[in-house]
Amino acid sequence: MTEKEHCTKKMMMNVVGYPSLQELEQSPGFVSNDRLKKGAVAVIECVQDIPCDPCEKACPQGAIKVGRTITNLPVLEEEKCTGCGLCIPACPGLCIFLVDMTFSPTEALIGIPYEFVPLPTPGSRVEGIDRSGKCICQASVIKVRNPSSYDRTPVVYIAVPKKHAQEVRFIMKE
Amino acid sequence: MLIVELAVVGAGPAGLYAAIQAAKEGVEVLLIDENLTAGGQLFKQIHKFFGSETHFAGVRGIDIGRRLLEEIRNREVKVWLDSMCIGLSSDRELEVVRNGFCQTVKAERVVLATGAAELPVVFPNWTLPGVIGAGAAQTMINIHRVLPGTTVLMVGSGNVGLIVSYQLLQAGAEVLAVIETAEHVGGYGVHAAKIRRAGVPILTSTSIKCAQGETEVEAATIVKVDHNWNPVPGTERTLAVDTICIAAGLRSLGELAWMTNCEFSYLPQLGGYVPIHNEWMESTLKGVYVAGDLAGVEEASTAMEEGRLCGISVAKDLGYISENAAIEQKQSITRSLEALQGGTFGEERREAKRRLMEGWKESKI
Repeated sequence: MTEKEHCTKKMMMNVVGYPSLQELEQSPGFVSNDRLKKGAVAVIECVQDIPCDPCEKACPQGAIKVGRTITNLPVLEEEKCTGCGLCIPACPGLCIFLVDMTFSPTEALIGIPYEFVPLPTPGSRVEGIDRSGKCICQASVIKVRNPSSYDRTPVVYIAVPKKHAQEVRFIMKE
Repeated sequence: MLIVELAVVGAGPAGLYAAIQAAKEGVEVLLIDENLTAGGQLFKQIHKFFGSETHFAGVRGIDIGRRLLEEIRNREVKVWLDSMCIGLSSDRELEVVRNGFCQTVKAERVVLATGAAELPVVFPNWTLPGVIGAGAAQTMINIHRVLPGTTVLMVGSGNVGLIVSYQLLQAGAEVLAVIETAEHVGGYGVHAAKIRRAGVPILTSTSIKCAQGETEVEAATIVKVDHNWNPVPGTERTLAVDTICIAAGLRSLGELAWMTNCEFSYLPQLGGYVPIHNEWMESTLKGVYVAGDLAGVEEASTAMEEGRLCGISVAKDLGYISENAAIEQKQSITRSLEALQGGTFGEERREAKRRLMEGWKESKI
C-alpha cells in the first residue's frame, strides 16, 4: 500500500461511507463560513481523487476548477460563485449541494440532488436527513427544479433551521 | 463460409466502439453478440458516468448506449445478434451458432470484447432462490423493470455494490445493509455517501455467514470478522431479507481467447486470468485483439477507449490508415486511458496493466 493510498483509506469517508466535517473543511471545494454568510453558494463535498470533471464545465462563472488532471479535487473560487445551482445536477457523484444562509432570519435554503419518485411538492413538510441517514429536523419544501437540462437529476430546495444548514443533505417523507 | 475483414465478438461498450472506429476507417466489420440487443451492460447503467467530456462524463450509460447504437446503424456494420460465438481457432476461424445452425466465419482480424462475469460467494444456502448477483438485480430493475425483492442485503461495497444498492432504492426496494469483509468501503465515497444519507448502513469487517429459508431466502445471518477475515463468534446478526445480492467482483470472460492459445497472465486486480496484450491491444496471437473487461476489468469508459484503440489498430494493420495517423490517434487514446486510471483508485489497475503489457514484450522474445 502506498503512503497516499494509506492516507486516503484512513479517511472517515472510507470507514463509514460519508465525509466528516473536518474532511470536508480540508477539501478545496468546500465553502468558507465567510462566504456562506453572503448568500447562496455551491457546497462541494468531493474529497477523493476520482477521475471526474463535469462540475468544471457546468459552471457558467468559471468558479470551479479541476484542471487537466481530472483526478484533482475541484477547487471552488467562492467569490465567483453566484449560487445558480447548475453544478448540482452535473455532478455524477451527486455530491454538490447549495446552501443559502440569507434565505430568512431563521432558516437556510438547501438545494439537494434528489433522484427519487415521487418528487416532493412545494409547500410540503419533510424530514431533514443528515449525511449518516439520521433525521435531525423538520424541513419545508420550497421549490423543485427539474428542467430537461438537469437530465433527470431534480434539485429539491428545502428550508431548514440555520444551525442545520451544513448537516441536512437528504429528505424523507414525514 | 463467410469471409470478413474484421469480426468483433461482443457488442458491449468495447465491441461497439471497436466496430464503429474500424468501420469509420473503411474496414468491413461483422459485429457478433449472443444477446437480442447490442449495448452490453450500458443500458442498465442508468447513472451518470464519471470521467471527462471525451469519456461522456455526466451522461447516463443508457444514453451512451443509445448514441452508440445509432452510430452503428449509420455505419456499414453488419450486426449479428442472438448469435453465439462458440469457437475460435488460432487462424481466426469463428464458429457462430445463429438461427439454430453453426456457421463458420473466417476473419482477417478478430477483436474479442467478451466482457466479464460476476463472481459468486459461497455460503450455506447460497443456492436458495433470492440469492442473486448484483448485476442480475440491476438488469431486473433497470432493463426489465422488475424488483427482485423488497428487502435486500448487499454483499460487497465496491462500486457495483454501492451503485446497485442506490438503484434498488430508486426502484422502491429497501436495502437493509451493505456488508464488506474488508475494513474499508471498496468503492467511491460519493457512491457510498448517496446510500448512507438515504439510510443504508455500510457494515465493514462484516461477512455473510448463511442464508436462511425453506424454499427461498427469508433471512441472512451476518457476522463480524477480524483482521484475518475470521468470523468473530458471538457477533452474528440475522436480518429479515428476501434478497441477498452478491457484488464480490468480476472475472474476465476469457474462454474464446483461451481457445486460440494466446498467452494469459493472472492479475487479480484486473479480474483474474487476462489475455496478455500490447499497447495496441493485440494479444500474443497476431491478428487477435482484446478490449474491455476481457482485457482487464475496469469501467465502461475504459472499455470504450480500448475498443476505439482496437479499431484503429485493425485499420492500421489492414492498411486503411497510415502508421503515423494511427500512432497519433493511439497517443490521444492512451492519454485518455491514463486520465481514467489516475488517482488512488486507479493505482492498482494502472500497475497491473503495465505488467500485462510487459508480459507481451517478454512473450515475444
